Amino acid sequence: MSAAPEHAPTMAKMSLTERLAPHAPILLVIALILAGLVAIPATSSWLTLTVSGLAMGMMIFIMASGLTLVFGLMDVINFGHGAFVSVGAFVGVSFLLLLERMTGAPNLLWNLTALMVAIVGAMGATGVMGWAFERVIVKPVYGHHLKQILVTMGGLIVVEQLIIVLWGPEEIYITRPEALKGAITFAGAALEKYRLVAVGIGLVVFLAMRYTLRRTKIGLIVRAGVENGEMVQALGYNLRMVFIGVFVAGSALAGLGGVLWGLYQEVITAHMGNQTMILVFIVVIIGGLGSVEGCFIGALLVGLMQNYVAFLEPKAALISNIALMVAILMWRPMGMIPVVKAK
Amino acid sequence: MLKTLVSGDTPRSPILLAILIVILICLAFAPFLFPGVRSVDTAARICIFIVLVASYDLLLGYGGIVSFAHTMFFGLGAYGVALASTHMGRGFDALLVGSVAGAGLAALLALVIGLFSLRVRAIFFAMITLAVASAVAVLVSQLSTLTGGEDGLSFKIPRALGPAFKFMDGEIFGVKANGKLLKYYLVFISCFVLFLLMLRVVNSPFGRVLQAIRENDFRAEAIGYRVVHYRVAATCLSAAIAALAGALYAVWLRYVGPDTTLSMEIMIDILLMVVIGGMGTMYGAVIGATLFVLAQNYLQNVLSLAGESVSTLPLLPDLLNADRWLLWLGVLFILSVYFFPTGIVGRLRGK
Repeated sequence: MSAAPEHAPTMAKMSLTERLAPHAPILLVIALILAGLVAIPATSSWLTLTVSGLAMGMMIFIMASGLTLVFGLMDVINFGHGAFVSVGAFVGVSFLLLLERMTGAPNLLWNLTALMVAIVGAMGATGVMGWAFERVIVKPVYGHHLKQILVTMGGLIVVEQLIIVLWGPEEIYITRPEALKGAITFAGAALEKYRLVAVGIGLVVFLAMRYTLRRTKIGLIVRAGVENGEMVQALGYNLRMVFIGVFVAGSALAGLGGVLWGLYQEVITAHMGNQTMILVFIVVIIGGLGSVEGCFIGALLVGLMQNYVAFLEPKAALISNIALMVAILMWRPMGMIPVVKAK
Repeated sequence: MLKTLVSGDTPRSPILLAILIVILICLAFAPFLFPGVRSVDTAARICIFIVLVASYDLLLGYGGIVSFAHTMFFGLGAYGVALASTHMGRGFDALLVGSVAGAGLAALLALVIGLFSLRVRAIFFAMITLAVASAVAVLVSQLSTLTGGEDGLSFKIPRALGPAFKFMDGEIFGVKANGKLLKYYLVFISCFVLFLLMLRVVNSPFGRVLQAIRENDFRAEAIGYRVVHYRVAATCLSAAIAALAGALYAVWLRYVGPDTTLSMEIMIDILLMVVIGGMGTMYGAVIGATLFVLAQNYLQNVLSLAGESVSTLPLLPDLLNADRWLLWLGVLFILSVYFFPTGIVGRLRGK
């Protein structure tokens, strides 16, 4: 009788690549920033571009987050999401024009208050609109992707035209609040004040969203709903109400994104929502449909890429984002952070 | 014989048959029935849009795939002809090379996009095509040295298709027998052939498999059809035909520009035409395109009349403004997706 083979368990240390793999998306952002540092000759312009890239990324994230959550939760793809961006921008700008005395004064506190009023007004308006949109446009076509795309596209057309009816066909030029004009100089780089504010607002929104999703009960239900909606319903939660809540919140965020984007571009048109949707869709796809973190990282990548490439080779800016999307889809066909679904 | 010509897909409704015959006769004899620059131009636009919309229907109605890049393919064909005619000089060889190159490039691009997105989820396709199409539109307006930018390109077409060319003396039924007439019939016959070709495709076994995939892709896969292959093939075919329609459009206008071929507005128009006419029926494309192009040219007058009649009321004049006709079409579009998903043709067939 031969002796039993010696039992020698080995605990191989995970290789570096294995340990890094879960963090790959966020590392990609850092890698892109470093690549920018190498490719762009002057450090000061690199810093300027990085800040504006981050600002742009934050704004795109704010607009895209609602879309990706709505998809994750109810499998609804809303091509009319851009309508909320446009409406948000128009309502917000109307408020800013009303509060001209406050925005015109060179007082940061007053300016920020006016901005906050505009943001709250825009978010309120788009939130209500989101509720109506869900009731009228989306509800009858649950579970039918083709019809969802068509109907929400139709909704987008109607809303764009209504904006033109209400606010006129001309594009509206706006100036930023007095204290947010101009730039501050930091380490030789000119950083536009408004972009810093946008980065701040974006970070607050992201952290608040992350907190809500990770630490609160409602967030738990939403995440569980994304994972397996039927099970959540079987446990007695009314997923439909949760979904309406998420849709309204997502619409309100799109409205917030619209205000920020309008002030960033300093001009608003009825079609601006649909134009930003191009970047939003790229972000949502590379992030992984349904994933908020993926959306955030995707938005940062797209924002940075757009700004770096626009500086180095202006004509390639939009194409570079398509190339980024193609590269990421080759690497991870379901997006960077795929949301596992039982469906 | 007629049944073979339409590949056994008869209209199956007397009213539909009557409407189709009227449209066919009107288009076939448009230069004689409606002499006048504007009406012949409308007829040619209808012909081209029928092909464009039918090729989109091949994708949307038969394949169940939503694409927003159809104008991009349309534009590829148009720019193909324009660039070939500019660089090779006027001549039929340039037209041929341009259309074939445009169609080939469109099919290739469709293949690449299709392989990327349809492999994962059909829903990605809608978003990716939207992104790619807008990127291409921006690129075309930026590469002004090659494409003429926002201004577009005007080019010369073969002398035989111009108004100065007389192919016989005198007039035919009161219409000058010049190259303009030949050009109209070039457009009309090409469109007619392309339409019959598509009718053949959707009624072939290939078309049946596409419909099966649209109804239930999981089941089609289980029966043993390679769903992705069929979807990609449909995308390529539809892109190539759209490019040919674009080539015809360029020949007809002797001009290409981003607004006439690549804009998002045209994409939305195509969507409206398909849905209002009837998805999943080639004849729906005929009805949708005809109605829409006529409405585009003439409905605006009606709306402006309506707008004037209520000009004393608040807000209503703005809503009925002639420029706001897209608003009403959008409403009609949403209602038709809800209540008549099979469109006009589906209603007429009593489904």
